[in-house]
Amino acid sequence: MQPFQIHRPSSVAEALAALRGAGEGKLLAGGQSLIPVMKLDLAEPTDLVSLAGIDALRGIRSEGGRVVIGAAVSHAEVEASPDVAAAIPALARLAGAIGDAQVRNRGTLGGSVAHADPAADYPAALVGLGATVVTDRREIGADSFFTGLFETALVEDEIVTAVSFPVPERAAYAKFPNPASKFAIVGVMVAATGQGVRVAVTGAGPSVFRVAEMESALADGFRPEALDGIAVSSDELFGDGDASAEYRAHLVGVMARRAVAECA
Amino acid sequence: MPTIALTLTLNGKQVSAEVEPNTLLVDFLREGRGLTGTHVGCDTSQCGACVVLAGGRSVKSCTMFAFETEGLEVVTIEGLAPAVVGGELHPMQAAFREHHGLQCGFCTPGMVLSAVDLVRRHPNPDEAQVRHWLEGNICRCTGYHNIVKAVQAGGGGGS
Repeated sequence: MQPFQIHRPSSVAEALAALRGAGEGKLLAGGQSLIPVMKLDLAEPTDLVSLAGIDALRGIRSEGGRVVIGAAVSHAEVEASPDVAAAIPALARLAGAIGDAQVRNRGTLGGSVAHADPAADYPAALVGLGATVVTDRREIGADSFFTGLFETALVEDEIVTAVSFPVPERAAYAKFPNPASKFAIVGVMVAATGQGVRVAVTGAGPSVFRVAEMESALADGFRPEALDGIAVSSDELFGDGDASAEYRAHLVGVMARRAVAECA
Repeated sequence: MPTIALTLTLNGKQVSAEVEPNTLLVDFLREGRGLTGTHVGCDTSQCGACVVLAGGRSVKSCTMFAFETEGLEVVTIEGLAPAVVGGELHPMQAAFREHHGLQCGFCTPGMVLSAVDLVRRHPNPDEAQVRHWLEGNICRCTGYHNIVKAVQAGGGGGS
């Protein structure tokens, strides 16, 4: 691994200053994606800015029909949070099925959404639940946050500080995982909210996406059979050693039906 | 790159050391401290042979920098039971021996420390909980059945 300097700020402002003063700076949250990438020399930052000492990025709170989760909150903390379990149990279960126990102990919500791995689980939660990403300078709706393969709307020196999830009427997440990594080959979050039904798919393509035809069918009747006959195009989907694009397209329907059934 | 000062509690003793920023925790433990009970299997955070406890939580020490343990309590397999020749094993270690939860033993330190983390949170896990929890710990010998029995038997004593 290439050598680098470390910075240990205790506030978001200090972290921004460290990032701006760095040659090629990277933020280190839980490190569960960044460290493996650095071990392969696929990322060679000159400076790592650790977010571990910033208290403002911690904590989970319920307020006004929303659950706000700090960017540095681990997957294990989301899984075990009574606030999350009470308001959005689907989110607690999603967090509890990320990777494995040790990845969940270190990996963070903010790190996952900023990394935007195409097979990560959280992008489906953010888009499926209609969440808002809070950064050091603005709020970004989930629909415009994930812009492509490992691409987000974040600018170079922007830091995710929290994610605010509106509490849905009901929601569920169904995942067909890679049996070794537990990454989603296809994962589908379905949510019935005051603003309508949302269906968000991760793992299948370069970035999380919604399925409008499923959303309108479920708005007319929120039951698994409502999705019968709705085909998802495989044109933009991944095909690899895990699953062909056609199989992934098929799995989107299967996982969506399972998620709707789990909502009942 | 200049080294940085690291102070942590390692197996019950305060330790101060100088480490490179890019030193992985597993390399600090094995090469820096001679604690070779922490194993390197895959080095890609999948197999769990390198699991230790840091700040009370099980972590993969191949996917954590040594500097991230600043101020934390780190426990390796060497520190789980008091270091007394002929002394008692930790209840989880004793359960693995009693239930034959190992064959070659390579995965065992990580298995035991992962299991200790589980039973601290859920003192009486059911079989499904144990199997879900151990998804990050790979054993190529046992077929897991006896490991699951051992973890369940070692619960309640996992302090």
